[in-house]
Amino acid sequence: MTRVTKRIGSWIRNHEAVYLFVHSPLALIAAVFAIITVGGALLAPWVVDTDPYDPSTYRLADGFLPPAWQPGGDARFVLGTDDQGRDMVASILYGARLSLRIAVSAMAIATVVGVSIGLIAGYYGGWFDTLVMRIADVQLSLPAILTALLIDGIARGVLPGAQRDELRIMVIISAIALSLWVNFARTTRAAVFVERNKEYVQSSQIMGEHPARVLAVQILPNVLAPLLVIMTVDLGRAILLEATLSFLGVGLPANAPSLGTLIRIGMDYLFSGQWWILWLPTLFLVAMVISVNLLGDFLRDLFNPRLR
Amino acid sequence: MLTYVAKRLGQSIFVMIAVAFLAFALFRFAGDPVMQMTGVETSVQEREALREQLGLTDPFPLQFLRFVADLLRGDFGFSFRTRQPVGEMILDGLPATFELGLVALAVSLVVGIPAGVYTALHPRSVASQGLLLVTLIGISVPTFVTGILLIFVFGVQLGWFPTFGRGQTVQIGWWSSNLLTPSGLRSIVLPAISLGTYQMTLTMRLVRAQMMEVMRTDHVRFAIARGLPFRTVHLRHALPNTLIPVITVVGLQFGGMIAFSIVTESVFQWPGLGLLFLRSIRFVDIPVMSVYLVLIGLLFVLINLTVDLLYAAIDPRIRIRGSA
Repeated sequence: MTRVTKRIGSWIRNHEAVYLFVHSPLALIAAVFAIITVGGALLAPWVVDTDPYDPSTYRLADGFLPPAWQPGGDARFVLGTDDQGRDMVASILYGARLSLRIAVSAMAIATVVGVSIGLIAGYYGGWFDTLVMRIADVQLSLPAILTALLIDGIARGVLPGAQRDELRIMVIISAIALSLWVNFARTTRAAVFVERNKEYVQSSQIMGEHPARVLAVQILPNVLAPLLVIMTVDLGRAILLEATLSFLGVGLPANAPSLGTLIRIGMDYLFSGQWWILWLPTLFLVAMVISVNLLGDFLRDLFNPRLR
Repeated sequence: MLTYVAKRLGQSIFVMIAVAFLAFALFRFAGDPVMQMTGVETSVQEREALREQLGLTDPFPLQFLRFVADLLRGDFGFSFRTRQPVGEMILDGLPATFELGLVALAVSLVVGIPAGVYTALHPRSVASQGLLLVTLIGISVPTFVTGILLIFVFGVQLGWFPTFGRGQTVQIGWWSSNLLTPSGLRSIVLPAISLGTYQMTLTMRLVRAQMMEVMRTDHVRFAIARGLPFRTVHLRHALPNTLIPVITVVGLQFGGMIAFSIVTESVFQWPGLGLLFLRSIRFVDIPVMSVYLVLIGLLFVLINLTVDLLYAAIDPRIRIRGSA
């Protein structure tokens, strides 16, 4: 037994990241919260047995039930029900699942678009570089929420059928992605600027390798570390952007509610005492965002030893 | 200096033309304006006549020039949704948003600067730690959640302040102000705090960092060595040196606040530009959207230009680098 604990101890000491992680209470708390919220959201169909998107499971007679520990609560609905008689646990977990799906997809698109543009701009320079960086400057001076709203508005105008659910989700994803790509492009470009004059790049150029291969195989792996940090920091921003858009009522349709939509619906009961319909989704959102942000901070410190 | 100013002006005009082009493209291609303006029973011939009359059959560059000329003359067209002139709708919302932004800015400075100075001078005290924790929460909690919290605590539970709308307004020319009536003043408290929170945390952190740096400089040490009272040292010798970067950041952030007021106005049903913009997005009211876009673009360009020129006036190095 002691040998096992000793081996775990030495393993932790030998792996710096693990060591720092175990010795940072804040990171540990954040990780627990992140596992609960993100895990619950991802596993929603297996955690709860009611599907909140299926209208046949609603029962109006079960409407406005308070959480189970309150007087009048019902043991079947641990966190109570909303006006339609939907289970709050199911609504929140499915909502968070949708929020995460949108945020992660938007992040993935923003990463691919931003990194590609940054690689090309940094490697070739010239007019493309100037153009892209000017656009980035302008976009950086605008808050992301405004950019996302504008893109959403334009999409509504251009695609008249955009009220359909799947298409709405795609529109939201691209609106968020297009307001987050700048960071990736700028960071990649700056890193490529440094890398492109190094000997390993020059030697593969002399060997006559195709520029696309030089970029993808030689340069890209060497600029990944800072990108990873931006990804974690921006994931929190993406979740917040989606929540804000849905809260403003320009995000998703009400029959597929994300966390932001749930909060907007809950606002109707702000004055009437059904506090759980509003505050439980809000609390879940805030806990999720803060824990994701704290983990992002932890990763940033890890990759940047000067901050330690 | 003159070349630098000319160059920056040229850049700003270029950006504005780009924004105007974007707004024009939005106006022209997002949906067919003729279909929006006419009903179902309009005949094809009448539609074509209207199209001709509106100049939609003219060459593209000519249409763009006409669009810009209309904007410059202050003719913003009509809203698809309300059939009102867009200019009137914007002028209706502008005072509300502007006053909200201004009060929020004042709140953020009045709280942020003293809090920053205090936390810099007493970094270990309990109050400082508490303030820093509050700023951490202020940054991570989304704007709309702070708004809802304020409404819940001060509006619903305590009943101190109204939770929506502007209260009574006073008309001064075309400008409607709610800063002159008691109910208007009470109405603006919660939205202004909600909008100013983020800016306040930013100001506080900036002042704190600057102040800690300035306290280590020679002139401050010398002032302390001369035996001047601490209050004089802190407020007369140290504080002014921290304010130059603060003024820049605050200036740059004011545009962001006007844009962020979209969220605050939605939470508090504040009848300003943000609420107007949100409604136009929901109803795909393209004329209002494109004018709002141009307006926000103009605001940001003006703020950036002013800050850059002020910097150049203060710091000669920028002039030399900029004109080279």
